[in-house]
Amino acid sequence: MSTFLGIPRSRGRGHAPVADEPFGAVPHPDEPLRWGEDFPAAARQALQNTQLRRNLAHATSTIRAKRAAVVGEVPDWEALRDAGSAIKTDVMARLPELLEELERNVTARGGVVHWARDADEANRIVADLVKARGADEVVKVKSMATQEIGLNEALAAEGIAAHETDLAELIVQLADDMPSHILVPAIHRNRAEIREIFLERMGDVPPDLSDVPRELAMAARAHLRRKFLSAKVAISGANFGVADTGTLTVVESEGNGRMCLTLPETLITVMGIEKIVPTYTDLEVFLQLLPRSSTGERMNPYTSLWTGVTPGDGPQEFHLVLLDNGRTDVLADEVGRAALHCIRCSACLNVCPVYERVGGHAYGSVYPGPIGAILTPQLTKGSGGLGGHGDPNASLPYASTLCGACYEVCPVKIDIPSILVELRAREVDADRGGLPTGWGAAMKAASFVMSDARRFELAEKAAGLGRMVAGPKGRISTLPPPASAWTRSRDLPAPAEQTFRDWWRTEHVAPDPPADPRAVPPSVPPSGGDPGSDAEGGAR
Amino acid sequence: MSARDDVLTRVRTALGTTTGTGPTGGGGPTTGGGHAASATDVPRAYRSRGELAPGSDAAVEVLVDRLVDYRAHVHRATTTVDVATIVGDLLADARAVVVPSGLDDTWLGALPTATTRVADSREDPRTADELDAVDAVVTAACVAIADTGTIVLDGEPDQGRRAITLVPDLHVCVVRTDQVVHSVPEGVRLLAPHPERPQTWISGPSATSDIELQRVEGVHGPRTLHVILAPPR
Repeated sequence: MSTFLGIPRSRGRGHAPVADEPFGAVPHPDEPLRWGEDFPAAARQALQNTQLRRNLAHATSTIRAKRAAVVGEVPDWEALRDAGSAIKTDVMARLPELLEELERNVTARGGVVHWARDADEANRIVADLVKARGADEVVKVKSMATQEIGLNEALAAEGIAAHETDLAELIVQLADDMPSHILVPAIHRNRAEIREIFLERMGDVPPDLSDVPRELAMAARAHLRRKFLSAKVAISGANFGVADTGTLTVVESEGNGRMCLTLPETLITVMGIEKIVPTYTDLEVFLQLLPRSSTGERMNPYTSLWTGVTPGDGPQEFHLVLLDNGRTDVLADEVGRAALHCIRCSACLNVCPVYERVGGHAYGSVYPGPIGAILTPQLTKGSGGLGGHGDPNASLPYASTLCGACYEVCPVKIDIPSILVELRAREVDADRGGLPTGWGAAMKAASFVMSDARRFELAEKAAGLGRMVAGPKGRISTLPPPASAWTRSRDLPAPAEQTFRDWWRTEHVAPDPPADPRAVPPSVPPSGGDPGSDAEGGAR
Repeated sequence: MSARDDVLTRVRTALGTTTGTGPTGGGGPTTGGGHAASATDVPRAYRSRGELAPGSDAAVEVLVDRLVDYRAHVHRATTTVDVATIVGDLLADARAVVVPSGLDDTWLGALPTATTRVADSREDPRTADELDAVDAVVTAACVAIADTGTIVLDGEPDQGRRAITLVPDLHVCVVRTDQVVHSVPEGVRLLAPHPERPQTWISGPSATSDIELQRVEGVHGPRTLHVILAPPR
């Protein structure tokens, strides 16, 4: 048994998960927003992991039920969503002035504001600040922004150990794994796996540790206590940055956030530029929407708000790093920019039938699920993430059934399905011209066949042959190319024994079969082009 | 071009509003609603206040219901003497209790004489290790939000520095019933005049649901939260 110091191994060029690792196959990405294979390939692999599917089904159904109960008791929920959505739209429209206002107010209260164009620049700023304080370790509050820029790996390369303090992030870090959920990064792990990880990697756990969640949580408390009390520097993200007051907000449950935000001498907060709210009173909207959507609680146990530096209370040095890292590329798209409204609640993950089955790692990004499917390709647009040939992120807009559940639960009403369709259309449009694709050729052929009744009837008859392929189970599971593109991921039901036209003829004309079936009944249009429209008085 | 100018230029370009570069930082704070007007109309049809009057018995009942649901312990005091008695009972076994400088001294009237009172203030703060050796903390509160079972501390002298309600394992918080409002917007609007004060919103003891979504109370923050409801001042 060895003590794991929290320094991640150097990650190679995003290779696929390796099966023989101690805690199962885990991804080791080079880029936190782009790793592994494209979604269809990664999803196929994930679907074979029955343990993963059991863990996810249990976790997502639990949290769905909790959310539904606490949202149901708020009579003005829809009005809150409307307000939240409009505030975020307003923020995007006025982003330059609001950023400057935030900077002004943070500075006036004794904070220092830094700006970072991209991940490397943000990591550089943070690493330099930590080193200037003579620290070789930091404590961290769970933060999507720092996940997105790969801060822990960057700090490790500079000899700085970053200790994740959120329980789930700790589990992920100890297993040298990647998060698979925005709120519960270790949602893919069950208690037995977590016990194994703690025993193997934590270094200071009792050998008789059980897998009871309370005991596991207490082991984490004991493990981190000393680090909290002695840390000189803490790093956090921010849920909201209030422009008109310079107030930053972190919403959390365990108290690890408070420990990091309160005890160290220096606090460094990395915040995406879209996390602004215009006024302090706007918090009355988001502090209602976020907890109920996220953890399914009326309110999360702890919310911290701080404004610059408070003499004698908390860190006496505060740095705010404002991060672009692709956000302005998203902002430039009038349809896609709504993805920047996201407050990272993760409700869309928990209701998504695709996420529930494949889990977060299949999305190949720290932002998984429906929001990840619209955010990741756009954030990586500058490097080919949207419509780039061979870029795994280009497949993400297809990682959805477009069922719409994500839009229904989104607390700021991001119309994820419409944006997915828009991004798909962009990709298809980008491919127009040049050699016809298999898909394009198939669509053209279908158009030719379906625009003429006789051609369609012949095609229907031909399709009947499919029954021979299907066999007794009535399903076609494998077809030769190009039809294999369909059967690779779905079965095709066997064609009916009888076409609709044949059925119509038997039902309506059987007593006295005429020579020309189209003559009787007289109400059927001669072309037979719309078989359903004149069915009144028919057999049904 | 500095990163700041570069990012702001990118934002303006993305929005198609490339005119004007704005001030380059500095300047005074615009605290306190100096920027209330929005460019886009935000529909605010949500409830700005709850149905229950601030400080009403009904609002207090809702608060109690929520606190109990989060596994906080609720005690009711009808007089200041009652508060002292309850504090004395709860801390009968505590060897040391941290006390913020502005706390109502009468609340500690029934504390055993053997119990060490550890004073803490911004001017004379205890270290994290010193606080770690303390069993409990007693504070007042700023406002309580019934609907969500939330108690807000804003770091004033009767509530103390943020660290004192974080490191000790047991927090006794005295909330006057006239500090109870029904809804979140009512609470936020009471806090809005002083956004510069460091706030901690507390809704039950610390908790995690990170293992199989099963809630475990008591992680890094205080594992036990006692709320004493006191009569209005």
